[in-house]
Amino acid sequence: MAAGAGVPLAEVARFLELVLRGLAGRALRVEASSETYTDTETLFLPERAADRRLYTAIAVHLWAQTRYGTFNADLPLDARTLAWLNLLEALRLEACLGRALPGLARLLAAVRGPLAPALAGAGAALERPGARVTDSIRLAHELAAGEPPPPFPHLGSLRPERVQTVRAARVEKERAALARELAQLREAHAAGRSGAAEVDPAPAIGIDASFESLQFRLDVDGEIVRPPERVAALVRSIVQDLGEVPPEYLAGAAPGRYAADAEPAAAAGEDAAAEDGTGDGFRYDEWDFRRRAYRRDWCVAYEREIPRGDPAFVAGVRRQYAGEIARLRRRFEALRGETRIARREHDGDELDFDAVVDAHVDRRTGFEPSGRLYALRRRTERDIAVVFMVDMSGSTMGWINECERTALVMLCEALEALGDRYAIYGFSGWGAKRCEIYRIKRFDERYAEAVRGRIAGVQAKDYTRMGAAIRHLSQLLNGVEAKTRILFALSDGKPDDYVDGYRGRYGIEDTRQALIEARAGGIHPFCVTIDEAARDYLPHMYGQASWIVLDDVRKLPLKAADAYRRLTS
Amino acid sequence: MNTRLQVLKVIDSELARIAQEPYYEPVGDEVALFEAAYAARVPVLLKGPTGSGKTRFVEHMAWRLARPLVTVACHDDLTASDLVGRYLIVGDETVWVDGPLARAVRAGAFCYLDEIVEARKDTTVVIHPLADSRRALPMEKRGELLHAGPEFMLILSYNPGYQSVLKELKASTRQRFVAIEFAYPAPDLEARIVAKESGIDRAAAERLVQLAGLTRNLKGSGLDEGASTRLLVHAAGLMVRGVAPHTACRGAIVAALSDEPEMLAALDELANAVF
Repeated sequence: MAAGAGVPLAEVARFLELVLRGLAGRALRVEASSETYTDTETLFLPERAADRRLYTAIAVHLWAQTRYGTFNADLPLDARTLAWLNLLEALRLEACLGRALPGLARLLAAVRGPLAPALAGAGAALERPGARVTDSIRLAHELAAGEPPPPFPHLGSLRPERVQTVRAARVEKERAALARELAQLREAHAAGRSGAAEVDPAPAIGIDASFESLQFRLDVDGEIVRPPERVAALVRSIVQDLGEVPPEYLAGAAPGRYAADAEPAAAAGEDAAAEDGTGDGFRYDEWDFRRRAYRRDWCVAYEREIPRGDPAFVAGVRRQYAGEIARLRRRFEALRGETRIARREHDGDELDFDAVVDAHVDRRTGFEPSGRLYALRRRTERDIAVVFMVDMSGSTMGWINECERTALVMLCEALEALGDRYAIYGFSGWGAKRCEIYRIKRFDERYAEAVRGRIAGVQAKDYTRMGAAIRHLSQLLNGVEAKTRILFALSDGKPDDYVDGYRGRYGIEDTRQALIEARAGGIHPFCVTIDEAARDYLPHMYGQASWIVLDDVRKLPLKAADAYRRLTS
Repeated sequence: MNTRLQVLKVIDSELARIAQEPYYEPVGDEVALFEAAYAARVPVLLKGPTGSGKTRFVEHMAWRLARPLVTVACHDDLTASDLVGRYLIVGDETVWVDGPLARAVRAGAFCYLDEIVEARKDTTVVIHPLADSRRALPMEKRGELLHAGPEFMLILSYNPGYQSVLKELKASTRQRFVAIEFAYPAPDLEARIVAKESGIDRAAAERLVQLAGLTRNLKGSGLDEGASTRLLVHAAGLMVRGVAPHTACRGAIVAALSDEPEMLAALDELANAVF
C-alpha cells in the first residue's frame, strides 16, 4: 500500500481496543508492527490499512484465534502447513463467530470474498459446532502437498513460537491465582459451616464451564455459589486457554496459602536493623501480614527538598496542552461556580417563601417570627484538601516520569481554577530505613516559579515503599482543617522495595493496612495507575470504585484531572 | 414550591395498595431476607447499579406484604422538612401538611428513599431515629414525636459504584440497615426477565443479554456502567414494535451509555456483532 493511503492505526487504536475489550473481557493490547499476528496478549497490527472496516476484520480475526482456541494445540511449524492451517482456521473461526456473533461473521465473510475451490470443500467439516483446532491441523496436513491459495485480506500470520512463551506464563499465573481464590472460597465456606472446621474435610469445589459460551457454574460442596467478578474473569480466561478448568486446578490446597514466589524473603537481621542509627526522620509502623502484627517504628521517612528542574518544562507543557488546559479550567470553573440557594438569610435576591410561611405561622401561633426571610444565590463552598502522592520509583523512568510531570502541571492548572487546597509530594525509598518523601508543593505554597521548578525536577529514583509514604502524607493531611480530605496517588505499579523483601503480598498487605488507617482517620484514598495488572490487587488495597487503571500512560495527564473532577463532584 | 405540591399529589395517590403483582424474578435469597427484616422491624438498604431491579423489587415486596408504598426520588435539594412535612398557608390559616415520610409512618406504609446519597446531609436527622430501635420520626416544627407502627418499613437504595467521595454513605447510616446487594442477574435469568417484561422472543432476548455482557466488559475502560437490565428491556420494547434490532440497540443501549465518539463507535460495532 502506498504510504499515506488509507487509515493509520493511531486513528483507530482506541476504537479497536474498546471493541476487543468488550469482546474479550480480558485485556488485549494493540500495537503497530510490520507483521500482523497475535501472541495472545498483544495484537500486532499493520501501521496502515485501507479502511476502518478492514482493521476491524483483522483485529476481530486475531481475537477469535485467542477466543476459539487456535493455539490450544501444538501447531505444525513448516511454513506451507502453517499457511494452510491459517486459512482453514479462518473458516472454522468464522463458523464459530457465526453462531455466537453473527454480525462479525458477516463482516469477515464480506472482507474475505468468495472461497477458492480447494478451501470450499474443506470448510464444511470445520463448520460443525464441535470442530476444534485439531481438526484444522489434520486437514492442513492432508492438504499440505498442494500449494495453498492466496491468503484472505484480513489474515496475518500464525506465530506459534511467539505464542508459546506468553501463553505458558499466563496459564501458570492464572493457575496460581485461581488456586489462591479457591483457597479463600474454601476458607470462607468452612468458616460459615457449623462444627469444627479442623475435623471436616475441606469443602469440595466444582466448576462446570462451557467453552462455547464461557458461562460456568461454580459449586462448593454441591451448593451453587456466585463468585466475585475477578474470579469469574479468571475462570473465563482459563477456559479460553484450556477449554475447561482442569480437575487438578480444583484440588484443595491448604487454605490461604499464597504462591511461594509472592512471599518476601524473611528479612535477615530484622531486629538488628531496627537499631540502626537513623537520625531524625519520621518513624512509622509497618504491617507484617504473616505475623498479623505491626513492626513498631519500622520505617524511617525523611522529607527531602526536590532539586529544581528545567524551568522550560512547565512552560512547554502549558504551550503544548494550551487547548486542553483551557478546557480543563473551564470544566473545573464550572464545578466551582455551582450555585446553590441559601435559604433563611437576613438579606437576599428574593423572598424565601418557606420562611415567610413559617414567620406567618409563628406570628399566628403567638411565637416571635424570625426576620430571616430571604433566599440568596450563593456559590457552593468546596471544603476539600487533597494531597497528590506521586510515584518516583525507578520503574517510572522515561515516558512514565514525563507523563507524571505533565499530569502534575495539568492538575495544578485545574486546581488553581477550582480553588481547592492541594499539596504535592513524591515518594521513593531504599529499604525501611530510608523512605524518602519529596516535597513538591506544600499546602501553603503558591503554584509559582519554585513549585514549577520542582515539578520539572521530579525524577525516577529507587523503590516503591508505599506504606510509609501513605502514613506520612495521611498525618500531614490530618493536620489540615477540611470537610473532605483526599489522598490521591499516581502510581505505575505494585508496592515494591527490593532491598528488604517489601514485595509481593507483603507490600500489598502493608499498603492496604496503611490505607485502612488513612480511611479510619477520615481520609478518602484514590489511586490512578497505569499498571494493567492492577485490577488484580487494587480492589484489595483501595476497595471498590476508588481507583482507575489507564491502559495508556499518555492518557495520564488528562485522565488524572478528570478523575479528580469526578471524585469531587 | 410547585414541584413540592406535585410531589404531595403523587403521594396521595400512592398511598393506595399495589393491586397487581409487579413482575419480579428473584436472583438469590433477597425475598426471604427482606421478609425476615420486615418481621424483625429492621430497615433495609438496597445496594446496586442503576437498572438492576431495586425499585421493582421494592414494589414487588410491598405487594407481597400487602403494604402501601411511598417512593421518594432523592435529589440534592431534598431536605429533612421535605420528608417530614411543613406548614402551608391556606386562605388565612396555616395548615400542616405531612411530608412523604410522615405519611408513610402514619399509614404503616413502606417508605422507599431512592438514591439516598443524593439528598442533603440533614436528612440523616430524621432517618436515623426511624432506622434504629426507637422507630420514631421527630417532627420538630410540631413538637411531636411520631412513633412508627409494626407495619412501617424504611428502605433506602444507593449505588456504590459512584466514584465521588461526596456521595458515599456514612457508616453511621449504613450500619442501621440490613443490606441487600443487587447485581445483574445471571444470563439465563436476565434473558427470561427481558423476554417476560417486553414480550420479545427468547432468542432475541438472549442476544440482548449477550450484548449487555459485552458492554459490561467495558466498565472501567471508559464506561461507568455497562448496559443495565432496564436498557435491555427498552431495546426489546422497540424491537417488539418492529424496529430493526441494530437500530433499537443503537437508540436504547449504545447512545444511552456514552457520548464519546470512539466509545459510541465501539459499542455500535458490538451491537452489530450480536445480531
